[in-house]
Amino acid sequence: MSSIGTGYDLSASQFSPDGRVFQVEYAMKAVENSGTVIGLRGKDGVVLAAEKLVMSKLHEPGTNKRIFNIDKHVGMAFSGLIADARQIVDIARREAANYRSQYGVSIPLNYLNDRVSMYMHAYTLYSAVRPYGCSVILASFEENGPLMYTIDPSGVSYGYHGCAIGKAKQSAKTEIEKLKLRTMTCRELVKEAAKIIYLVHDELKDKNFELELSWICEESRGVHEKVPESVFAEAEKAAKQAMEADSDSDTEDM
Amino acid sequence: MPPVITDLAMNTESDWMNAAHSTGTTIMAAEFDGGVIIGADSRTTTGSYIANRVTDKLTKVTSHIYCCRSGSAADTQAIADIVAYHLNFHGMELGEEPLVETGASVFRELCYNYRDSLMAGILVAGWDKRKGGQVYSIPIGGMCVRQQVSIGGSGSSYIYGFVDANYKSNMSKDDCVKFVTSALALAMSRDGSSGGVVRLGIITEDGIERKVVLGNELPKFFED
Repeated sequence: MSSIGTGYDLSASQFSPDGRVFQVEYAMKAVENSGTVIGLRGKDGVVLAAEKLVMSKLHEPGTNKRIFNIDKHVGMAFSGLIADARQIVDIARREAANYRSQYGVSIPLNYLNDRVSMYMHAYTLYSAVRPYGCSVILASFEENGPLMYTIDPSGVSYGYHGCAIGKAKQSAKTEIEKLKLRTMTCRELVKEAAKIIYLVHDELKDKNFELELSWICEESRGVHEKVPESVFAEAEKAAKQAMEADSDSDTEDM
Repeated sequence: MPPVITDLAMNTESDWMNAAHSTGTTIMAAEFDGGVIIGADSRTTTGSYIANRVTDKLTKVTSHIYCCRSGSAADTQAIADIVAYHLNFHGMELGEEPLVETGASVFRELCYNYRDSLMAGILVAGWDKRKGGQVYSIPIGGMCVRQQVSIGGSGSSYIYGFVDANYKSNMSKDDCVKFVTSALALAMSRDGSSGGVVRLGIITEDGIERKVVLGNELPKFFED
């Protein structure tokens, strides 16, 4: 890293001579150290899946969730520093609630995405603050169909059919690209999402993890929620079987 | 306390000199198949004096949302201006036209928060992609409720029966225009502070079509 020691990485309010803002790039590094999170947008909804790395066996299962409800019709998943992400969740919830009280209807996702993006971007402009150490995925199901956006620590956002953030985002993206997202239903996508999370999990570096799955689709009546337990169990079983089949074929090759 | 001497002449004079302009009014909005029709009389009074006999009480908010104003002319004009500004701004932020429900919500917010200082009874009507033609009534306290057909202003009391008896869901455009014109004509003939011409607006997906029915063209009933 030639940037270190030059002094241009100390503040988010100063460019380096070649036009970069190092603090923002470091924030993205914080995201890359965190568990993988993916979002899949099919024809009838969006599925979010998170690999929550468990640091200690003493932790209560199901704590420090990585997927949140923002409003009835909006879900958010994040990768990165959980404390930073909780602040983004809080801001997004307030935006959604204010919109509802002012305009009497639920917030459109493109509008919420603009607002949250602007908020995260503001934290890349001043010397007194640091950028957020997290990326977020926003998902909703509206009249015109499912929608999904991802926001970076830089405040840049894009709409996606399939996206991945965190540690193994590259290999997760390669797996997502193999899917025919536009024709798939959420029922199918839940299984695929679980498979991908299990597949990209690095057993050598990170021992334990919890799988989190949520969806927002016709089956969930347009509400963002954890997938039902039966669906979760089925998806996790399919993922584990796929992993075993995978390791079996590996041994056969040898 | 000394007795108060009332000068009658002075009082009649102060009536039109000092009384506030108010749209003692008949206004109306009705959903039909494919859109919504708004209508109003055209009388603005200052006490008993007719300050304007050709007023337009149907005010544009966005290209597909209009409001019918009743109550204080000053208050309702100010509110309509503020809401038009907010919705124009919001439309730019959204990248599409605001919903009628959103428009009604912004009116409600103002009418409710300033209910102690305002005199405004407003009907918000318009067309959007989500729910088609819609009518929202925001009476004096700042309530907001969606109705298929709604009437307002001092003249409305005379035509509740007529409206209840003659309104039908999913009328054709022509039937609905006829229904609204008749209702307003009846109210204008009974209510002293409603009169002049009937102004109409037909809001559909394509925008608004304005119509005027002059005083001598108004439908006649048994009184001829």
